[in-house]
Amino acid sequence: MEYETFRIFSDSWGLVYMVAVFVGVALFIFRPGTKKHHEEAANIPLKRD
Amino acid sequence: MNSFGKMAVYGLVLVLAVLAALNAHDSLFAAHAIVFALACAIAIVVTAKRAGASADTGDGEKYLDGVVRAGTIATLFWGVAGFLVGVTIASQLAFPALNLEWAFTNFGRLRPLHTSAVVFAFGGNALIATSFYVVQRTTGARLAFGNLAWFVFWGYQLFIVLAATGYLMGVTQSREYAEPEWYVDIWLTIVWVAYLLVFLGTLYKRKEPHIYVANWFYLSFIVTIAMLHIVNNMAMPVSFLGSKSYSLFSGVQDALTQWWYGHNAVGFFLTAGFLGMMYYFVPKQANRPIYSYRLSIIHFWSLIFMYIWAGPHHLHYTALPDWAQTLGVAFSIMLWMPSWGGMINGLMTLSGAWDKLRTDPIIRMMIISIAFYGMSTFEGPMMAIKSVNSLSHYTDWTIGHVHSGALGWVGMVSFGALYYLTPRLWNRDRLYSLRLINWHFWLATLGIVVYASSMWVSGIMQGLMWREYDAQGFLVYSFAESVAAMHPFYIIRAIGGAMYLAGALIMCWNIYQTIRGNKRNEAPMGVVASEAA
Repeated sequence: MEYETFRIFSDSWGLVYMVAVFVGVALFIFRPGTKKHHEEAANIPLKRD
Repeated sequence: MNSFGKMAVYGLVLVLAVLAALNAHDSLFAAHAIVFALACAIAIVVTAKRAGASADTGDGEKYLDGVVRAGTIATLFWGVAGFLVGVTIASQLAFPALNLEWAFTNFGRLRPLHTSAVVFAFGGNALIATSFYVVQRTTGARLAFGNLAWFVFWGYQLFIVLAATGYLMGVTQSREYAEPEWYVDIWLTIVWVAYLLVFLGTLYKRKEPHIYVANWFYLSFIVTIAMLHIVNNMAMPVSFLGSKSYSLFSGVQDALTQWWYGHNAVGFFLTAGFLGMMYYFVPKQANRPIYSYRLSIIHFWSLIFMYIWAGPHHLHYTALPDWAQTLGVAFSIMLWMPSWGGMINGLMTLSGAWDKLRTDPIIRMMIISIAFYGMSTFEGPMMAIKSVNSLSHYTDWTIGHVHSGALGWVGMVSFGALYYLTPRLWNRDRLYSLRLINWHFWLATLGIVVYASSMWVSGIMQGLMWREYDAQGFLVYSFAESVAAMHPFYIIRAIGGAMYLAGALIMCWNIYQTIRGNKRNEAPMGVVASEAA
């Protein structure tokens, strides 16, 4: 693959892909009905010594 | 593997190491082959003794904690060694006669000894020990693959010894924070893969369905360091049994590979790994869950997505293409968000329990470390901006910045974790002395303030002197004049470092007494006189 082709792919589709995955992760964390799950997860260290 | 199988493997490696020493291309490689052979000989003797004594490997116990105890002691030892070398080279900069006119004690050889000792020996041992402790507690599972964790521990110590002795003898591939030569790099790769296996294996057999966020940070540290280490150290040895190699990359590609590695060593070794520490030990010591679990996940993913692009800011105004420099600045500035999000998450864990700062010096240590995390991750992106960088780059300001992060964030959170761990690992009901922690806290904090502020003054002065032109366009100062002007600040910096070292020695005494089971008779902390009466 030519350097130019690689560059153009990276700063177009590559960038869109990375941003989409990141936004997806952020939205997934705030999906409804997970408050209890996150509270339980936060308490994992306090369960055992 | 049974004891005989192990001894056969060690014996085979020993024979190979001796053959390598005899056929070595240069004496430095031969010396290292002998160190390797000695390590194999020690391993054979220890395995033989263990085999005779008892077949019990302690598999019945809930957790494998022996390796964490060993890691605690190794962390203390390498920490003091690394800080001592640091104070030594700081004094050498102030008083060049301390180079002693001897190659082995020259600044050029001691400087990588200092950086590797504090980052990889002190920081690395702290990370390996705490990750083994945390992953067992948050998954409810014993470390996977039996005693492989012990191989990781001793293999890593051997890596440190090979690297350190190499620097003193003059073995280096001159890549910052990646100075060890090709054969030491291969050894570290083997140890690191074993580390990854132990960590992943323990996660695999977890009894807790959810993997707690501290483990995500530790895992990202292990995986990313493996990737960085392999790519940055791709090199061709000059001779099969020789200590010299050349990088596969050349020119600006080589420089960018190095700083892609170098900055992500900061991002994934000194940040992600120690954030794993923060997300476990701060909630434990405060006895409260982390402020926001959702924020911790956002913190994690945004750190992972952004840090990896920030490396080019180390190569401003060089042959690196302009777009790559701009990319480095943009991602460095975006890093403000996850860094401060994580800082707020750590600090707010104490929300509603701030009185603990008055009575608990361990919490105080952890909180100051998070405060330094916030300060140095504010300063870093600022210094990455090209116009600021044109003043700060190549000056002492950079050194001050690195130390506010390393001494403040990495050092303090590790000290907090060690103070938390020691009574639990050795089954003591409390530490020897809380008041000595208070001494350690103030010596270290003031030491960092003295260090960083002297480097700000010295660095900005240095940068301004270098760019001072007169009306005719000539430079006003010669380079030697800027060196002479820095002399008082070099002395102040050495004093700051010595204060930090003194605090660490107090910690060693405190932990030594705790392990021995002694308790200092002392008035409790933070009690107002009228309450005490």
